[in-house]
Amino acid sequence: MAEYKPIRKVVSGNYAAAYAVKHARVDVVAAYPITPQTSIIEKIAEFIANGEVENLEYVAVESEHSAMAACIGASATGARVFTATSAQGLALMHEMLHWASGARLPVVMVDVNRAMAPPWSVWDDQTDSLSQRDTGWMQFYAENNQEVYDGVLMAFKVAETVNLPAMVVESAFILSHTYDVVEMIPQELVDEFLPPRKPLYTLTDFERPFSVGALGTPADYYEFRYKIQKAMEEAKKVIHEVGKEFGEMFGRDYSQMIELYRTEDADFVFMGMGSLMGTVKQAVDVLREEGYKVGAAKVRWFRPFPKEELYELAKHVEGIAVLDRNYSFGQEGILFNEAKGALYNTNARPMMKNYIVGLGGRDFTVSDVRKIAENMKAVIEKGELDVEVDWYHLKR
Amino acid sequence: MNTLFGERKEGATKIVLKSVDEYPEAPVTLGTTLINFTGDWRTFIPVIDDSKCVKCYICWKFCPEPAIFIREDGYVGVDYDYCKGCGICANECPTNAITMEKEEK
Repeated sequence: MAEYKPIRKVVSGNYAAAYAVKHARVDVVAAYPITPQTSIIEKIAEFIANGEVENLEYVAVESEHSAMAACIGASATGARVFTATSAQGLALMHEMLHWASGARLPVVMVDVNRAMAPPWSVWDDQTDSLSQRDTGWMQFYAENNQEVYDGVLMAFKVAETVNLPAMVVESAFILSHTYDVVEMIPQELVDEFLPPRKPLYTLTDFERPFSVGALGTPADYYEFRYKIQKAMEEAKKVIHEVGKEFGEMFGRDYSQMIELYRTEDADFVFMGMGSLMGTVKQAVDVLREEGYKVGAAKVRWFRPFPKEELYELAKHVEGIAVLDRNYSFGQEGILFNEAKGALYNTNARPMMKNYIVGLGGRDFTVSDVRKIAENMKAVIEKGELDVEVDWYHLKR
Repeated sequence: MNTLFGERKEGATKIVLKSVDEYPEAPVTLGTTLINFTGDWRTFIPVIDDSKCVKCYICWKFCPEPAIFIREDGYVGVDYDYCKGCGICANECPTNAITMEKEEK
């Protein structure tokens, strides 16, 4: 491998995504504009207009549903395909998301987390992407702009290895429109890390014509569903390998699906996803100085769900404060629900409490983490929950 | 029956996948309809009475499959591997030479 000399650029999260698409040598982009995603595809269009990318076909479509349909068609010919969307746009894609995973096509998309309307909101909230939990897409949550860039490159590699689509998720405005230094990888090293796609099948195989998306009767449908689950299980291993390889090549290790921060001797940890975990890590440093033995567990991959890593963490902490910037109405925060379920049949049963934070872009700061720490500490000392789901910010 | 329009079909063997490992990774078709005997779906089977047939071939024109073929003797035959039993032929036949009978399987 040639010596790695990163190219440092000050870019928004959205531009980081666009540069990753350029460096991944994507063949086809089909997308429809929606705030706060639009600047991703604008930047890609600019690359094409400036002649900075070779052979990148941009398909302008009339809706997000059509965008994903075009991505599926392109991916079925063996192309490397990308799209981006947010909130209502992602919801409109929903039907097609199932088609992508069911046909085992490794489309990669960036979803810029935006709150679902009504009331209209363009601000950060994870309910849009988490509502797509059961579509068979892998989901990677980025904490910062660097992870957006790295995440897109890794998502292509993981997706193309297990033949499942992947979603890289970043926060509205907090990342999408906020500029930060991102270390980019020289093209020849990206090429080494991410070789051309080897498709499972291609519709341009004229020697052996076949059809995709045909009828699966009750005698056959079941087996194909099982194969998607097997691929998700395989993806966990692939994520570990690809994340390790990325670390060895470029110095940022992603081998763990849950990033642990100062959890070794922690009494309890904060668990969450995405940009809010940057705030939490900073709060952990502050709280440690104040005498709290706390750590942070950042769930990078929500699908496949890293239940083995969660178990290892849960074994040696007294409590987990799950921070959900999302909600499943009628139950609780979605990560909280997943995490509790993953531990139920194990012998690791720390106290778990759900804090609903930051919905629709409500500010979530270090002082919020401190208040949650005080509450969580009291809950653990008392040995019983005050409430299981805490609408922490609620004006009362 | 294993024939296509009266001719023996080469390589026409129905694929039955017995274990999950035999399935392709993605749900793609494994061959042409030669190996997919859609006649399995049939509930009613067309039976042709040659004595009433006037060789108009309206059934042959209307069969959407097409599963009706013209035999060497000029009468019509049905490829039962592919006839889904829709009954259009019987409905169109001007001499009522085709009747749809409940098929025992």
